[in-house]
Amino acid sequence: MIAGEQTLELGRLRTDINRRKIRDQIFVIVGLMILFAALLVLVLLFVDLVRDGASRLNLNFFTSFPSRNAERAGILSAWVGTSLIMIVTAAIAVPVGVASAIYLEEYAPRNVLTSIIEINVTNLAGVPSIIYGLLALGLFVYQFQLGQSIASAGLTLALLILPIVIVATRESLRAVPRAIREAAYALGATRWEVTKDHVLPYSVGGILTGTIIGLSRAIGETAPLITIGALSFIAFLPQPPITGEFPFVSFGWLSDSFTAMPIQMFNWVSRPDPAFQHNAAAAGAILLGMTLLMNGVAIYVRYRFRKRINW
Amino acid sequence: MSDAPPIGTTSPPPGLEGVPKHSAAQTQRPRTRLAEPRRPSAAAASAALKARVEKLSFSYGRVQALKDINVDIREKCVTALIGPSGCGKSTFLRCFNRMHDLTPNSVYQGRILLYPDNLDLIARKVDPIEVRMRIGMVFQKPNPFPKSILDNVAYGLRVRGVRSRARIEEEVENALRSAGLWDEVKDRLGQSGLSLSGGQQQRLCIARALATNPEILLFDEPTSALDPIATARIEELMTELRERLTVIVVTHNMQQAARVSEYTAFMYLGELVEFDETSKIFTNPSQKATEDYITGRYG
Repeated sequence: MIAGEQTLELGRLRTDINRRKIRDQIFVIVGLMILFAALLVLVLLFVDLVRDGASRLNLNFFTSFPSRNAERAGILSAWVGTSLIMIVTAAIAVPVGVASAIYLEEYAPRNVLTSIIEINVTNLAGVPSIIYGLLALGLFVYQFQLGQSIASAGLTLALLILPIVIVATRESLRAVPRAIREAAYALGATRWEVTKDHVLPYSVGGILTGTIIGLSRAIGETAPLITIGALSFIAFLPQPPITGEFPFVSFGWLSDSFTAMPIQMFNWVSRPDPAFQHNAAAAGAILLGMTLLMNGVAIYVRYRFRKRINW
Repeated sequence: MSDAPPIGTTSPPPGLEGVPKHSAAQTQRPRTRLAEPRRPSAAAASAALKARVEKLSFSYGRVQALKDINVDIREKCVTALIGPSGCGKSTFLRCFNRMHDLTPNSVYQGRILLYPDNLDLIARKVDPIEVRMRIGMVFQKPNPFPKSILDNVAYGLRVRGVRSRARIEEEVENALRSAGLWDEVKDRLGQSGLSLSGGQQQRLCIARALATNPEILLFDEPTSALDPIATARIEELMTELRERLTVIVVTHNMQQAARVSEYTAFMYLGELVEFDETSKIFTNPSQKATEDYITGRYG
């Protein structure tokens, strides 16, 4: 009698468990479908670009200047420009962004001013990039007289990714356990010693990841560069950063005019001659490849540091 | 110095059933020195004063966590702080090395005088960095830095500006020996501190604190995350350490307090209920609340 009731209870329990597990399975299926839909779009895009641009994807494409002849046109000035701009961007955005994040996370007093700064930093990440372009046009190009140069472009993109770097850095600083900070303080370390000897080294992985993600966003930005006056047809290279005579390093390239990968693409896409569409596709595939490569590096860096430090 | 405890001792309450239980707990561990008779109380009482807590109150913002605490800390003795969760014993311990300065809105009142130089540890003008350099701390959860074993122990020295490799290696070895860890790690000083087991990590943290020769070492429930064998080693270590420094230990475990300490403070709701020699607290407490706690009636 009682045993019978128990079996009944158990039966109900099992039906219930099965029902709940089915719901779990449904979620897995829905999630996977959405994920693959998104991935599929990316893969199709990439395949399409590579197929269209296959005829141009060779070494000559990398070593030739743009030309009126589609077959002879290349991306030399574009990828050199993009690389130099990225150097400037990283050189500005990393120190400024990391220092801001350290201040906000480790030093800033908890008050209204700090909250306002924090909210603004987060909001800056959502400002349309063309607005940064307009700001840069007024500030860097005209006010600071930097002209339509690599320096202006690098500074503009640095501003653009600054919030990304700050937010990512703060996240990884915050991930350092309080117990580690306390251990260092208890040994008589100052705030700066705790930051430089412990918090910062343990969060380098996250900071690097955030920086690379930021740079891979900056690399594809077109609007702000057009706004500050990137040229789309440049048949010369900027001055080389390393020179043969003393002092061997030159910063002349900073004030040179430039073009960049997305600008070059934009230019080719808008040409009436259909042959240029192949150039645009090839450049697009390369740009996408560069972005994927940078993100891949970011993932690897994060993995390496996670493996080394597990609390 | 007067040995009169700040809390008045009244005649012992009769009928303490809890007493035999605790002495039994002690005799179960004949290996340690704890089973031997503790230092004669006369000798303990004559030990010099290392620190005196006078009318200490502490609050976070509007929450008052400690009220009017008076305790004498004897030099080269182990003083245990016991009491139920949330009674403020960890908060009290963290006053000694000014850890509360790291949280905004913390307010200390009263004095904690450190002898022999009469330094008021919680005075605003006293630099918390100096306090922490003189008073070490071992935390509840082992918290080695994700650096090599050597770098962990050497950190305190490096903060003090010691640069000589030879000196650092020598001090690190001494500290690791004192923490009873040297033989286990001497061949892998370059490995991460996180590669050690929990008990080893805690002894690494003790070595890290010892490397700079602190005058007082604070233990905040040092064994609550450890298994019984690792716990026994840490307890042994604490009793060895009192040869060279003063120890204050917060513990949830009353047997532990009975085993390792000469003095015990019982705290409840942010107040010090009773402070006396450990043997007296556990055999003949003067307060009803202490008796209830040590006999397991609450907490």
